[in-house]
Amino acid sequence: MEEEIKTHDSLWDDYNEAGYMDQAASGLNESLVRRISKEKDEPTWMLDQRLAALKLFYQLELPTWGPDLSRLDLDKITYYAKAMEGQAQRWEDVPTDIKNTFDKLGIPKAEQEVLAGVGAQYESTVVYHSLKAEFKRQGVIFEDLDVAVKKYPELVRPYFMKAMPTSLHKFAALHGAVWSGGTFLYIPAGVRIKQPLQAYFRMNAKGMGQFEHTLIIIESGAEAHYIEGCSAPRYGVDSLHAGGVEIYVKDNARFRYSSVESWSKDAYNLNTKRAIVEQQAHMEWVGGNFGSNTTMLYPCSILVGEGASADHLGVAFANQGQVQDTGAKVIHAAKNTSSNIVMKSISKGGGRSIYRGLVEIAPQADQAMVSVKCDALILDEFSVSDTVPVMKINNATATIAHEASAGQINAEDLFYLRSRGLKEAEAAAMLVNGFIEPITKELPLEYSVEMNRMVELEMENSVG
Amino acid sequence: MNILEVKNLSVSAGDQEILHDLNFTIATGESVVVMGPNGSGKSTLAKVLMGHPDYLLTSGQIIFQGQDISAAKPEERAAAGLFLAFQEPREINGLELFPFLFDAYKAVRSARGQEAESVFAFKEKLDGELASLQVKADWSERQVNKDFSGGEKKKAELLQLALAAPSLAILDEIDSGLDVDALTSAGQALKRFKNNTNSLLVVTHYQRVLQYIKPDRVLVMSKGRIVASGGPDLAARLEAEGFVGLD
Repeated sequence: MEEEIKTHDSLWDDYNEAGYMDQAASGLNESLVRRISKEKDEPTWMLDQRLAALKLFYQLELPTWGPDLSRLDLDKITYYAKAMEGQAQRWEDVPTDIKNTFDKLGIPKAEQEVLAGVGAQYESTVVYHSLKAEFKRQGVIFEDLDVAVKKYPELVRPYFMKAMPTSLHKFAALHGAVWSGGTFLYIPAGVRIKQPLQAYFRMNAKGMGQFEHTLIIIESGAEAHYIEGCSAPRYGVDSLHAGGVEIYVKDNARFRYSSVESWSKDAYNLNTKRAIVEQQAHMEWVGGNFGSNTTMLYPCSILVGEGASADHLGVAFANQGQVQDTGAKVIHAAKNTSSNIVMKSISKGGGRSIYRGLVEIAPQADQAMVSVKCDALILDEFSVSDTVPVMKINNATATIAHEASAGQINAEDLFYLRSRGLKEAEAAAMLVNGFIEPITKELPLEYSVEMNRMVELEMENSVG
Repeated sequence: MNILEVKNLSVSAGDQEILHDLNFTIATGESVVVMGPNGSGKSTLAKVLMGHPDYLLTSGQIIFQGQDISAAKPEERAAAGLFLAFQEPREINGLELFPFLFDAYKAVRSARGQEAESVFAFKEKLDGELASLQVKADWSERQVNKDFSGGEKKKAELLQLALAAPSLAILDEIDSGLDVDALTSAGQALKRFKNNTNSLLVVTHYQRVLQYIKPDRVLVMSKGRIVASGGPDLAARLEAEGFVGLD
């Protein structure tokens, strides 16, 4: 167990030499945006979209309603860096230092064992991508989005930045201007994949910015599960992750998006994830946020089709120096739609967890059902938890249930476990893992084990 | 040799003293019963011996196997060979019984300098204990005490007793909430556990469990004090006459 925890710690402590950063400059300007597009050999429409987004980025103000972002110096971020040319088709062809990083994260091993397909992004570009042949034969596309823009423009263009418009906020505009890499996943009508597909995003260099874009289209009646993992080493210099995820779940389709984010504690994680859910379709978000100094993440489901539904399950752990401002957003825009939000947060060592949620019922959305449940665990007197649930209800037929709780680790539970020989920190970690179990049980085993380990790591040297 | 010596022990909770100047010993191999009416301090004593952080020792000492454990943490007391079967075992949300039992087992063994056992060896041992307690083997997939009946909870405590193999087991109302069958299997579990190298401190309000555990000595508590002590016949007398007149 101890060795495993060490391996996990190396996620934040180890990094590779980054000679390629000599070619990369920090700061953002039009010529950088043009260079990104040129290097990727993009079609004109994409360059035009990038430039329009850049213009918008300059116009939009930083959001003021959430955590303080004033320390983030956007001029010091490196927006684009390529650690290798092209993309490896075989794992062996990935440069050794990068390969070692992903080996340590268990990526190739998991691919062989439990995954239908895997992608690995390092800095701004995807270094490896693969999909099992049986799924290729069924017409599934699992590609680097940079590649997909050129290879499948007819599929990409109608959807790209539609669920997540650049006008949404300043970081969506920034993302639209400098996005690079990410995933394109297309599941044809009726195709059901039980094994998860996975992408892993790794930031390596100091002061890096990562802006991968994930575009997922689940056609009618199809089913799939996609998992993202993310990490970055810590340098004591701010880095920025402003990824974008857009998901389109068509009629009667089912899709689950899981992510475990463990960015280093000097990263700003300002992420945007949105799904458009059509008739009788079901969208599930399962997420864990552990790293970063500041996270702002509110996965959003827009229920546009009759009978559409969404589950939002999330865990956030805010330790010393961290702000986890996370939550969910659901827009009920059709009849008989339902949403279920379950959020669990843990605050420790002065960390701040905020649940921020918005549920909106449109006037036409008759008989909507909403359940929101947020539970906060506050481990010491220095830590903070807040709940900011907003409901905009424009249809009187809606059924809304809202429950919130905040508390500490139960002292009698802790004594019970300790009386069995478990050390205080170990016992507390077990109780915290028990607290988030309703979420972790929804993750594939490897990920729930990983999440439990992260909790153990965060709980070390804790209670005194 | 005495496994436990409680000397001049006074304990307070908040700003109130609740145990007053307790003195008693338990010898290796001995079974001692603590009786007394509700609120007499029996359960408090059990928790104090296990190191519950809510209680403050204002005077005296707890000597366990020759070591002063008055300031030891609960997990250190467990490692040293003390075990407390709870009157009301905690229901732990989201924690499965099996990993909990295995982790606790490993923690105690490693703290005692014993060799680690593989998960398979542990599973075998666990299945054996479950069978002896007449519990279904799928039990360990459940969450710790979660939605267990009163009897199941007590069996889970006895299961943990067997796995922990302590040198002194404190049983706090182990017989409460048990029907006749459950009481029989609890009694058998205690008989399996007890030998002449380990000791029992049985905290009980009733006599029922004493069919299975023959006490060597009986202590009677009232209002936070030990007010009487005697041989097994004292328990029988209390059963017949009640606690009246003892405080």
